[in-house]
Amino acid sequence: MSAPAETPAFRAKLAVRELEVFYGQKKGLASVTLDVPEKNVTALIGPSGCGKSTFLRSLNRMNELIPSCRVVGDVRLDGEAIYGPGIDPVVVRRRIGMVFQRSNPFPKSILENVAYGLRIGGIKSPAEIAGRVERALAQAALWNEVKDRLQDNALGLSGGQQQRLCIARALAVEPEVLLMDEPASALDPIATAHIEELIDELSNDYTVVIVTHNMQQAARVSDWTAFFYMGELIEYDRTNTIFTKPTKSKTEDYITGRFG
Amino acid sequence: MSAAATMTAPGPEKVSPFTRGLRNRLGDLALIVASGSAIVIVLLILAVILGDVLIHGAGRLSWRFFFTAPEQGMTAGGIFPALFGTIALVVLMTLAVVPVGVATAIYLHEYAPRQSLLTRAVRIAVNNLAGVPSIVFGLFGLGFFIQFVGGSMDRLFHGGERVWGQPALVWAALTMAVLTLPVVIVATEEALRAVPRELREASLALGATQFQTVFRVAVPQSIPGILTGTILAISRGAGEVAPILFTGVAYFLPGLPKSLHEPFMHLGNHIYVLSTQSPDVDATKPLLYGTVLVLLILTFVLNFSAVLVRSRMRRRLAGAGG
Repeated sequence: MSAPAETPAFRAKLAVRELEVFYGQKKGLASVTLDVPEKNVTALIGPSGCGKSTFLRSLNRMNELIPSCRVVGDVRLDGEAIYGPGIDPVVVRRRIGMVFQRSNPFPKSILENVAYGLRIGGIKSPAEIAGRVERALAQAALWNEVKDRLQDNALGLSGGQQQRLCIARALAVEPEVLLMDEPASALDPIATAHIEELIDELSNDYTVVIVTHNMQQAARVSDWTAFFYMGELIEYDRTNTIFTKPTKSKTEDYITGRFG
Repeated sequence: MSAAATMTAPGPEKVSPFTRGLRNRLGDLALIVASGSAIVIVLLILAVILGDVLIHGAGRLSWRFFFTAPEQGMTAGGIFPALFGTIALVVLMTLAVVPVGVATAIYLHEYAPRQSLLTRAVRIAVNNLAGVPSIVFGLFGLGFFIQFVGGSMDRLFHGGERVWGQPALVWAALTMAVLTLPVVIVATEEALRAVPRELREASLALGATQFQTVFRVAVPQSIPGILTGTILAISRGAGEVAPILFTGVAYFLPGLPKSLHEPFMHLGNHIYVLSTQSPDVDATKPLLYGTVLVLLILTFVLNFSAVLVRSRMRRRLAGAGG
């Protein structure tokens, strides 16, 4: 597959080499090679079923929760192979967090939702937990809205707040990479704008990979864009380039709305 | 308005398009009558049973009836040993069946490889267990718990003296636990299956292990379902008599069992004894009604309290109760 033509001037946080994903006999993703730049936002776009979510979920080994799924190839986080022998997916997922399409807070209090990752990580000190919960909620731009009701059930929050809570929950364990699978697709425009601002902020400290159906969103929030079609990576370049002068006609057809 | 009126006004010969044929409507009517009368029959049967028991039994209920033992060849006195025995049996059974049933369900649903031979064998065994007649469980309890387990304990710890190797409260409770095990397993598995995949994924994506995900997310989420299974097990266990016939119930005991390896009296068995084994049936009849009423109330109270606990748990999970 075609990687960007000239060697890009960035440090690769994630290096993906010839990654293939199978569901039973069916190939879900065909030999993808790309580098995810550190502290940038990389958007994955393409029509439904093009393999972008499959690709995203293979970056933190969430795919292997599907019984029939098999992953071949190499993914490296800071040069370490996450599919290497003896690598525990649990450790991989602590370093590469994930936010899902549908907000999925636990039916617990707001505090306990954000504290979940800390508690399972063995942090017991209430002071440390309180501090890190506050920091994560602040990073997710939710602290001011919920600071007086941390003990309330998270399911009482609005849809947009719930999604920001899920982002805070992922940030609390201080991952290095944040994967987002259409994080705003179920939200109204105002809540979506909140999330987009947030993604922009987060890219100062985190490497963000986001799947989106919405091309305007990809253009607004990302620095790099990868276009997937039928399980293949068609084109990967700076977002600006992809949206103004793509090299592949498929890419151009898609971003101009001719199909998809 | 006027246009609409002319449109819906039926002409002399024209049938409105919004009516249905008579046959079509008769079908609905017949179904309503049939299902309505079925409901009435069910309610009537229930009302007759409860009414009869209530009318004849309510007069018997008194503190003395609850808290004294049967007297004068069971023609007078109360039911205290049987009441105590029934409650003790149900409590012990619950203590035994819930942990084992829940653990089995967790293994089957969360850990066992889906299609492995062992998993399928266990599943088939669980389903068949549910279909075994209860008297067979009684025989199993006699052979396994009393003769094998109890007998071995006696040989090992009591020099062959008969202490554990006889019908006793503990063996009856364990036999009843085996009987109700499938109910708890099936209900728990059902509840685990209903836990949204999103919640498991959320947990795993935060770096939780499978174990942490099961015990911090899936099981708490399943508690209402587990309680449903427990309720069903208790309802069954409180009423069944066959499994305890050989394993621990006694015809008559003047006092309460002082330890787990002593036999006990039981309300269900007591009803059987009063109605068939009494020397003077007329004299025992009021006692019989009272006993039946107490058994019904006991089952109802056990069920109702479990339902209350479950609905509180549901509210908490739904987020309304904080």
